[in-house]
Amino acid sequence: MYEAAKIRRDFPILSREVNGGKLVYLDNAATSQKPRQVIEALTDYYERHNANIHRGVHRLAEEATAAYEGAREKVAAFLGAPETTGLVFTRGTTEAINLVAHAWGRKELREGDEIVLTEAEHHSNLVPWQLAAQATGAKLRFIPIREDGTLDMEEAERLVGPKIKLVGCIHASNVLATVNPVEKLAELAHANGARMLVDGAQSAPHLPVNVEELGCDFFACSGHKMLGPTGVGVLWSKPELLEEMDPFLGGGEMIREVHLDHSTWNDLPYKFEAGTMNIAQAVGLGAAVDYLDALGMDNVREHERKLGEYAYRRLSELGDITIYGPAEDRTGIVSFSLPDVHPHDLSQLLDEEGIAIRSGHHCTQPLMRRLGTVATARASFYLYNTEEEVDTLVEALVKAREFFGAFAK
Amino acid sequence: MNMLRELYGQIIMDHYHRPRNRGEIPDADLEEHLLNPLCGDEVTVYANFDGDTVSEVKFSGRGCSISQASASMMTERLMGKSREEAEAEIQHFKNMMVGEEDFPEHDDLAALKGVIQYPSRIKCATLSWTAFQQGLED
Repeated sequence: MYEAAKIRRDFPILSREVNGGKLVYLDNAATSQKPRQVIEALTDYYERHNANIHRGVHRLAEEATAAYEGAREKVAAFLGAPETTGLVFTRGTTEAINLVAHAWGRKELREGDEIVLTEAEHHSNLVPWQLAAQATGAKLRFIPIREDGTLDMEEAERLVGPKIKLVGCIHASNVLATVNPVEKLAELAHANGARMLVDGAQSAPHLPVNVEELGCDFFACSGHKMLGPTGVGVLWSKPELLEEMDPFLGGGEMIREVHLDHSTWNDLPYKFEAGTMNIAQAVGLGAAVDYLDALGMDNVREHERKLGEYAYRRLSELGDITIYGPAEDRTGIVSFSLPDVHPHDLSQLLDEEGIAIRSGHHCTQPLMRRLGTVATARASFYLYNTEEEVDTLVEALVKAREFFGAFAK
Repeated sequence: MNMLRELYGQIIMDHYHRPRNRGEIPDADLEEHLLNPLCGDEVTVYANFDGDTVSEVKFSGRGCSISQASASMMTERLMGKSREEAEAEIQHFKNMMVGEEDFPEHDDLAALKGVIQYPSRIKCATLSWTAFQQGLED
């Protein structure tokens, strides 16, 4: 039995007050809150095991290495990765995609090659490819979204042709509440000899993910959006692909042999983990994955689906409101606009009630242009949010509309 | 919502709902577009000069109440000023918004004082002023 009320007790921050009201945290697509289990894993690591990993020949170094590599095993299993050698720790999704755009993109892309992305990409899966395209002469193409925010798959089939080298797509949208058919895109990509990259920043925290079943070549996600600490994320790829790629960052740990004029590279995944990594954070991510596994990602998805649908219905009842994305098959994200209340003003008003939402372009400026706006308000839910919190949000929206309406008269 | 009544005082909401000098000036002597990368809000400021004096000033764009009200107040403030005076006004305003100078007591601008308590909103208030400043530098 999934009980959000019970889960909430594991999250110390959820019992704090903001502006005299109970915190209602609805900015989970930006970052999630952390359960006691994750916070304790960080503390325990620093209080008992802290050392630099891999090369120390002493007890603490061995314990720290075991904790770090243990986290790698947990995260690999969580993502359905068949082996740990393909699982590289990064600073987050952004760094993981930059790693691919450099280490794979700069090596494989040629003038005239095409990279296919979508109109709804987060800047983290757009700007690295703009830079790679500038450096190599490759061209960017974009799969459009339909009016309801879902991908135009017919257009995708037209776009993906023999010149394509890479298809990149957000798995779940941070604005539209959609889950994209990345399995189909992967098939399309592979049929044309291209690679498939999935930006899983908004999927890994919220849906069951299996990189093998998705059929992708690269999968990126961030620890801090899935109960883990900031500063740690993941790139998963096929070991044979990572093997062919050049290193991304050079330095300690990623080498095998260093001479004054050349070096050879370490085994996977260490070839891509230069310098001292965010060890404690990786250990914390391992604890986060344990927490998610114990809840069951199917249960998390079901809880958020219900909550997202409930929020969609309650917000729709407000009448004069625009809600972005499809009416059905939604994730736990609701992006919306109220006429005459700018999203910034709205989030300021909600903050006075202790409600945290996000307003702005959500790092998707091209998508905002496509939607004909510059900014939206966004409430994003996670495994600990409740229907009561949705009700609190709706009541505050009614008040906000009255507040601004009073001035307009 | 008491804090907000203070922040969104009558004066700000009046400028927001009834902005002064909202519109565009085709082929203006000064035209500067500026985007607030934090939120995507955008403003374009326009001015014509009679000799050295601002003879016409307008703004267009999309933004929150703070940014729109502040732009509206700015147009009233800069009208009739020389380039040098306009520059000084803008600097004065930006100093006020970071707490380095006091707000005038009997002036619409004083209504923006509450914004200082909300650091994330200061950029909203200064957006149009910064645009005009950049326009003067060009």
